[in-house]
Amino acid sequence: MSFDVALIKKDFPLLQRVINNKPLVYLDSANTSQKPRQVIDAMSHFMETSYAPINRSAYQLAAESTDAFEHARGLCRTFINAPRTNEIIFTKNATEALNLVAHSWGGANLHRGDVVVLTQMEHHANIVPWHMLAASHGIELRWVPLTDDGQLDLTNLDSLLKGAKAFSFTAMSNVLGTITPVQQLCAAAHAAGAIAIVDGCQYVPHNVTDVVAWGADFLTFSSHKMCGPSGIGVLWGREELLNAMPPFLGGGNMIADVRLDGFTCAELPAKFEAGTPPITEVIGLGAAISYLTAIGMSNIRQHEKETVTYALSALNDRYGNDITIHGPSDPEVRGATLSFKFKDVHPHDLSQVLDQSNICVRAGHHCAKPLMRLLGANATARASFYLYNSLDDVDALVNALEGAGDLFSL
Amino acid sequence: MPGLEDLYREIILDHYRTPRNRGELAPPASKAEGHNPLCGDEIQVYIDVADGVVRDIKIGGQGCSISQSSASMMSAAVKGKSIDDIRNLVRRFKHMMSIEEEGNDSPIDESQSLGDLEALQGVVKFPVRIKCAVLSWNTLLDALNNA
Ligand SMILES: Cc1ncc(COP(=O)(O)O)c(C=O)c1O
Repeated sequence: MSFDVALIKKDFPLLQRVINNKPLVYLDSANTSQKPRQVIDAMSHFMETSYAPINRSAYQLAAESTDAFEHARGLCRTFINAPRTNEIIFTKNATEALNLVAHSWGGANLHRGDVVVLTQMEHHANIVPWHMLAASHGIELRWVPLTDDGQLDLTNLDSLLKGAKAFSFTAMSNVLGTITPVQQLCAAAHAAGAIAIVDGCQYVPHNVTDVVAWGADFLTFSSHKMCGPSGIGVLWGREELLNAMPPFLGGGNMIADVRLDGFTCAELPAKFEAGTPPITEVIGLGAAISYLTAIGMSNIRQHEKETVTYALSALNDRYGNDITIHGPSDPEVRGATLSFKFKDVHPHDLSQVLDQSNICVRAGHHCAKPLMRLLGANATARASFYLYNSLDDVDALVNALEGAGDLFSL
Repeated sequence: MPGLEDLYREIILDHYRTPRNRGELAPPASKAEGHNPLCGDEIQVYIDVADGVVRDIKIGGQGCSISQSSASMMSAAVKGKSIDDIRNLVRRFKHMMSIEEEGNDSPIDESQSLGDLEALQGVVKFPVRIKCAVLSWNTLLDALNNA
């Protein structure tokens, strides 16, 4: 199938919005993505025709609802090539999924002095839960450093991993756009006897994901960054690990039996899905996966590679030393997420100026403060592109930056 | 949509380019640190208090034009003022930013001119930036409470 960005953009009602007679240029998909008509319709249709509790009631409507819900779980399994459907655990978002791993797997398997290795480009969601474990269990954290062009510096990886119990890392940086060598990192973790936890929040929406080819043990991602609704995320884990872990949240749905003197957990995946899940959101995530799959994840990756190649040269050619783009310059190892510094303009001011042209970029620390310190910045501006962004959107950004510096020149 | 000129008044840019009272004060001066968790801006406020009056004030840290200029103007406005007057000014400034102190219905004394601070009025039209404008003011309150 040929990839037609103009047609794709038409699928997204919000991207048709015009503000002050100017089109919207949405460059904040690393933050959260827009939703296609197909997802919006699937959710409305489900609520209008089949919404009912899942796993609880005998009537036909409840059976339909449960079927639709479990069908979406199956779509998640195929999307990441997970071996088993019961290894797909629905969570609130990637943050909750990472907390689940840290607290349930980590809480049971890590003891004082045990080592967990992270990288210096992690999102707070893959840092803070481990800090919490450091406080409660006395674990030690080690950090994989970065190279000057924002890739992982793997020179001393083996010694960092020596004796480690877990290696938790992002497959793609939400600040630098760096795509990490996941397969190699998983292999290095296993060689050291550690498990490999992959934060796929930025990678999964943009690339073909295959947890088996990677050799990963856990993978986390969020629906809202991949054209699906917010409020739903996924944890995939190897069945053997999930089975051996204690439950995370307790309550309804996650039990086989409750007595006055205790409880017995349900089987996977219910064991980790306490309480009423976001039912309609799961249907929406399923629709998003179907939508992305029909377009083709490799087509999406190809489009974004072309977009970032174009954006890197357009910005550098036009602005030279006035712009510093963080992260790798090689599009092969990066996604279409660009953090940059423009002259001396503070990112907040820059995004305010760009907003005049309806260009939506993120300004801030991107929930990666350790990385920001490494970059020597409190904040950066970040433009992130997705399947619906055309080269015209890149041009709009490039043009709108012109003159942005004048107002604030020190 | 409000235009950039509503936000970036010349006087604001002037305080941004040439911030007043930059620096540090050594202990026993009171120090407080403020963070804008949204954007990573950081600010330090140092004050020397004697006989209920802020004798000196210094500002450290980094931030956007709105947070920096607001801090600069704030430092100029409070230097040499009594703590009571300053607390009233903070309330007034936050009121201008449409932030009210919960549970405090007493009237705000508006007898004194806000001076340069008036220029920040336009920030209210850009709700996301209100946090930038009040960061230094909240930090000042912390410094007063620490003094
Ligand atoms: C790399 C990475 N990990 C984790 C997260 C957390 O995702 P969520 O906020 O959806 O839980 C994000 C979101 O920005 C991210 O970019």
